[in-house]
Amino acid sequence: MEEEGVVLLEFWSSPYVMRVKIALEEKGIQFLYKEEENIFLGKSPLLLEANPIYKKVPVLIHNGKPICESHNILEYIDQVWKDKFPILPHHPYERARSRFWIDFFDKMIYDIGRRMWASKGEDQEDAKQEFLKSLKLLEEELGDKPYFGGGQFGLLDIALIPFSCRFYTYETFCKFNLEKICPNLMKWVNKCNERESVSKALPNPYKVYDFGLEVKKMLGIE
Amino acid sequence: MAEVKLFGNWGSPFSRRVEVALKLKGVEYEFIDEDVYNYKSPLLLKYNPVHKKVPVLVHNGKPICESLVILEYVDETWEKGPSLLPKDPYERALVRFWTKFLDEKCVPTLWKTCWSIGEEQEKAKEESTELLNILEGTLSDKKFFGGDSIGMVDIVANFISYWFIILQELAGLQVLTKEKFPKLGAWIDDYLNCNIIKENLPPKDKLTAYFRARFEAAAAATAK
Repeated sequence: MEEEGVVLLEFWSSPYVMRVKIALEEKGIQFLYKEEENIFLGKSPLLLEANPIYKKVPVLIHNGKPICESHNILEYIDQVWKDKFPILPHHPYERARSRFWIDFFDKMIYDIGRRMWASKGEDQEDAKQEFLKSLKLLEEELGDKPYFGGGQFGLLDIALIPFSCRFYTYETFCKFNLEKICPNLMKWVNKCNERESVSKALPNPYKVYDFGLEVKKMLGIE
Repeated sequence: MAEVKLFGNWGSPFSRRVEVALKLKGVEYEFIDEDVYNYKSPLLLKYNPVHKKVPVLVHNGKPICESLVILEYVDETWEKGPSLLPKDPYERALVRFWTKFLDEKCVPTLWKTCWSIGEEQEKAKEESTELLNILEGTLSDKKFFGGDSIGMVDIVANFISYWFIILQELAGLQVLTKEKFPKLGAWIDDYLNCNIIKENLPPKDKLTAYFRARFEAAAAATAK
């Protein structure tokens, strides 16, 4: 990898990529992005070289060195460009809380997210209930703060907000309404979407839904 | 005066990791042994309502859960003593990558290898071998994953060095041997020889007896 500066290997529908885009934007970092044409059909040689173990986006390549895993990339960005818009909370305890909730959410959504759009019947219903339970926990964590980071948009906000572009898809496949179930969380979603970094990074939820339908068809899932 | 409590379990590698980190940093703490497999105490449920698991570090009344999160917290809170993570951002990112790889890929796969049977076990054995090959490559010519001395990756890899060795023997397997993985084999010897590590391992006969009982219970359940 001979790249200078900052390069982001990405795919438009990945919320994990969106996390990184938001952070780079908030910090005002110039970067090049290289979109994987279709991650379901094949991975580019650059991606396979940069992330041989997981073969996934996002990968941040900074001065030729690859950093993989979105949460990892966020922490890296915050450490390298520490003078611009701090993302991590200042206090170690608050950092630990943010890291805990990102870990919680990532483990949950990896399994549950897929089951909500790919499965049917009881399995899908179980996944839906688990998802709603998790969102309610997050809503509790948010409390009456404007952001998870308190007054400041930060690590946990950046990690979670990209998934809001999939809410319409989940709501439609699993038949629920988040405005009714988690009104405070949805207020937070709207507030985050007012930020340019978020509105630039997140695709239209209907586009995400249509893509979900396409992928299901391609994978032969009814 | 800072108050540090650790809710853990004598046999848990995740709990032992935190103990090693606290001792490396010279932090005094009260250890509360939770018999998590049989009973979740009210205090544990209060401090970790989401996962209901150990370890939980409680510092001045505030709980921190999940061992990797706790390790970073310990490193950031007690700056004196050796650093668990490197200062350089790229090196730090590598450490985080490998600790996550260990916890999300290696530990579950190695565990599954010992507890599954038939085709499932064969598949898990293959996967385990692939993962161990990756670790073997990562060690390269270093004594420890952290270089000349142990770092966070070594601490997090504790399961492989001790728990897995006991488990694979009980399961009648030879997935990780010195012949197949000379560098990992050497690492295990050097790692278990570090005072801070060997003084903080669960007693071998107690752990072996515990796992043996679980194997026998699992075999009995399958036989029914």
